Amino acid sequence: MDYAIQQFLNALSFGAEYALIALGLAIVFSIMGLVNFAHGEVIAFGGYSMAVVGTVLTGNPFLLMGFVLLACVLVSVLLERVAFRTVRNADISTGLLTAFGVSIILQNLFLLLGSPRPVAATQFIFLDQTLTIGTIRVSSLQIYETVATLLAIAGLGLFLTRSNLGIAIRAAARDFEMVRLCGIRANRVVSGAFAISGLLAGLACIFIMARRGSAAPHMGFDPVLTAFVACVVGGFGSLPGAVLGGFLLGFVEVSVLVLLPQSYGGLTRAVVFTVVTLVLIWRPDGILSPAREKGDKL
Amino acid sequence: MLEITGLTVTHSPIEAVHGIDLRVAIGQCVALLGPNGVGKTSTLSAIAGTAKHRGSIRLEGQELTALSVEDRVRAGIALAPEGRRIFNNLSVFENMRMGAAIRKDRAGVLRDIDSWFDRFPILGERRDQSAGTLSGGEQQMLTIARALLSKPRILLLDEPSLGLAPLIIAQVFDLIRELREDGMTILLVEQNAGAAVSVSDHIYVLLNGLVTREGPAATFGDGSGLMDELTGVHA
Repeated sequence: MDYAIQQFLNALSFGAEYALIALGLAIVFSIMGLVNFAHGEVIAFGGYSMAVVGTVLTGNPFLLMGFVLLACVLVSVLLERVAFRTVRNADISTGLLTAFGVSIILQNLFLLLGSPRPVAATQFIFLDQTLTIGTIRVSSLQIYETVATLLAIAGLGLFLTRSNLGIAIRAAARDFEMVRLCGIRANRVVSGAFAISGLLAGLACIFIMARRGSAAPHMGFDPVLTAFVACVVGGFGSLPGAVLGGFLLGFVEVSVLVLLPQSYGGLTRAVVFTVVTLVLIWRPDGILSPAREKGDKL
Repeated sequence: MLEITGLTVTHSPIEAVHGIDLRVAIGQCVALLGPNGVGKTSTLSAIAGTAKHRGSIRLEGQELTALSVEDRVRAGIALAPEGRRIFNNLSVFENMRMGAAIRKDRAGVLRDIDSWFDRFPILGERRDQSAGTLSGGEQQMLTIARALLSKPRILLLDEPSLGLAPLIIAQVFDLIRELREDGMTILLVEQNAGAAVSVSDHIYVLLNGLVTREGPAATFGDGSGLMDELTGVHA
């Protein structure tokens, strides 16, 4: 029983991290049709900026968290400004290639300006302590991560339903030109989406740094790849789908780890992706794919 | 109010409108009539700024040609587009909020939205439901409400009767008549010539991207012969 609860928490925190990153991908994709593979480098940038600010400016972990969030938001908005704005109206594949290009450039910048080896930044490690509740031993980081993710999702939900900019972002997912015809500036909507995406990346970055204790050029790429799969499973472009896909992937991954005998550990990913494949055979567009128009109501 | 001279509109590589002149005086309802594919929607798109165009478009003396779509809305242009294009993933209320997004007076916006709910109680009943659940006629009312919530100087109405039942068309044109009586300036694009003539002050007939005929609505009779004449079909 205790073991089950521990693994449940494990799955929840895995899922939370995937959901955070998947949401960041989905919100940009939903309005621009852009799969932002440079999202992982936004996370890595957060890690490096933490390492730099942590050594030269302040070691206070709470100030550092603010810096990480700010750094991720700024770099995300900046990337849109310099890289994605110019190809906004281009073909989807152009956007995808631009994203990969940006990703490669940033990874190499981290290599050149930093180091190929991980750069230590351990200020968030204190988040990860073992708590003993009754007979259950859990990691405090998992609890923080799950709670923070749920709060972020709730906050995002409020923003998207209460504020004009949030509603406009949802509207733009359906008909961007009509949003402009309402007088809402396209650049504001897109920048807003990238800022939110960056904020979510920053949150994910804090938890990744708390676990790793170091920044590395490729630290964001793998989680983003997994989050991309979460988006596909949940239904690309659907925000609830991204959250569902993230948690689903977390649960499948942990279940496979638990159920598979130790000696087959190397097969975890293979089994996870088999499950993903089955889900996609069942629902090719993902579980919560946005309802497609079945002809106009004219 | 609205003055258009030498307007050409291109959907690359095709030129859809070949240099037309058009005037809408303040408080007037002007109809742009013609069969399918003669450049009516292209003309409205050019005024709203979503289609490539040359020539001059002036709103109360202000030249719009260099302005972005967003800035034209701020200058006072509102488009209720062809096919309605309501945001069907948003609630009715949220659709209206989008229409009023450029306004800063929150209280005024809420009051105006409420007055639309009074005018069309069905919209009020569906306030928090997805706008996609509305019928075609209700969606048309929502589209017009959304456009007017920006408090425009001129309303561009693109085929509001499209795909609606005769009874609903009558309701839509009742609304247009009321708007006109309230002093709204309207540029109406229609294929339903009879209905359009009945609410308009002035008519332009567009054929193959050129204005072929224009005059006060009174000179067009009840408009019934107009479409037959244009399309060569005698019903």
